[in-house]
Amino acid sequence: MSEYRVTDRGGPAPRMIVRYTDRTRLNHWFVALMFFGAGLTGLAIFHPFFYPLVNLFGGGVWTRILHPFFGVVMALGFFGLFLAMWRDNAIDANDRAWLREMPKLVRGNEEAMPPVGKNNAGQKLVFWTAAVGLLVLLVTGFIFWSPWFAPVFPVVAKRIAVVLHAFAATILILAIIIHIYASIWVKGSTAAMTRGTVPEGWARLHHPLWWRQMTGK
Amino acid sequence: MSSLQSLDIALRSATTTPSPEARHQPEVAKLIDVSSCIGCKACQVACMQWNDLRDDIGDNNGTYDNPRNLTPQSWTVMRFSEVQREDSTLEWLIRKDGCMHCADPGCLKSCPAPGAIVKYSNGIVDFISEHCIGCGNCVMGCPFDVPRISKQDNKAYKCSLCSDRVTVGLEPACVKACPTGAIRFGTKEDMHEFAAERLVDLKERGYQNAGVYDPQGVGGTHVMYVLQHADRPEIYHGLPADPHISPLVWLWKGVAKPLAVAAMVGAVFVSFFHYLKVGPLEAKDGLADDERGDGTAHDPAARRTT
Repeated sequence: MSEYRVTDRGGPAPRMIVRYTDRTRLNHWFVALMFFGAGLTGLAIFHPFFYPLVNLFGGGVWTRILHPFFGVVMALGFFGLFLAMWRDNAIDANDRAWLREMPKLVRGNEEAMPPVGKNNAGQKLVFWTAAVGLLVLLVTGFIFWSPWFAPVFPVVAKRIAVVLHAFAATILILAIIIHIYASIWVKGSTAAMTRGTVPEGWARLHHPLWWRQMTGK
Repeated sequence: MSSLQSLDIALRSATTTPSPEARHQPEVAKLIDVSSCIGCKACQVACMQWNDLRDDIGDNNGTYDNPRNLTPQSWTVMRFSEVQREDSTLEWLIRKDGCMHCADPGCLKSCPAPGAIVKYSNGIVDFISEHCIGCGNCVMGCPFDVPRISKQDNKAYKCSLCSDRVTVGLEPACVKACPTGAIRFGTKEDMHEFAAERLVDLKERGYQNAGVYDPQGVGGTHVMYVLQHADRPEIYHGLPADPHISPLVWLWKGVAKPLAVAAMVGAVFVSFFHYLKVGPLEAKDGLADDERGDGTAHDPAARRTT
């Protein structure tokens, strides 16, 4: 990730900086696919409003069977992402200052924000929400995983687990809605994760400290 | 069972639209008079026979309980409790265990599959297997630990109060088989009247705390007991004194379920309208990122580091 690559596309093509390695990008999209698998199957059996989603997964019984497998695979996948990214997501004093100024960013005034490194505080919070949320979902999910593990646990444990599972899932889904919206809102950031590289100007605009670190300018 | 009586459905799991309730039947109840039960298990046999279920041969654990517990194939089980009286003599309490058919069924409240659990207007709570997805939520919702998950299809099974018999005017199979009249069936009102007569008799015989078990914490039940010691239902193999749907189930299905969906739909709406109001976050110089070259037209980093 510390690679600084200059690509020559001819003409006025921008110089590109590697933002995510291939391994990180594929890992991210694997987790994203599993998130949609686990999220849609989970919503289907959480609220009747979403129950028709079972038709995407072969009916209610198959939805119930598949949901925990999507979940476990997502959690394992995220563990790989966690190892690759946790250092970039350590929260420091600069992030706290950034969060205080966040209302200005929401109004579209990015110039008012403190300069950002590789990730801004919002991105870091999404990362930690996903990490903690998935851990809670994984542990509580095992407790009422029918028919394999549920019979092992007392009913009170299952009732507590199911409430925590619903709570953690809601927080995670809200974080991912914000995450997806941010990638639509901040032009060029979806391409960072699909192609792995960003134009130098994009880095300079949204992540100036990281841009300086990568380019030495 | 499959639902034979759609016009009678009063409550339907995971359903947000009104139930048919085209018919209004009188509420029924099964009254189990523990003081008249001799523990012969004819009711267990009748249940097996009518529902055509055959449990595996189990093992003996030193009591008369056989099978040891409710199973997907054994929807009712006699529970034998040996209780020591104050004068050190033995009292043998035999309770026919099974689904209580709650007026406020915790299983139905917990069930995520539309129509997998229904309550008929006569009060019978029935599992509709073809809609069951086998998640086990009903087990978490039940205050009486009744539903059992089959190892065959992983779906939930329990006593149907012979809804198929009752719908054609017959009494449940266990009631028909009981040789002492300890199990009776009729309207809930009639069963309360009959129980009152039994209580007079029991009190005359010295059971001052005799009473009817129709717990109001679950809105009353459509299976009721006459207990010699209604002040201590726990001595009847752990019959709960004040059963109610767990507050955790309420937190899960009453609070989390609607609020979570509202929050998710709200977040999508807020995001969409935020975009329309604020617009995308991009360079203000009107150039696409790919067209900007090295970004000299817009240089916040240089500005901030001066």
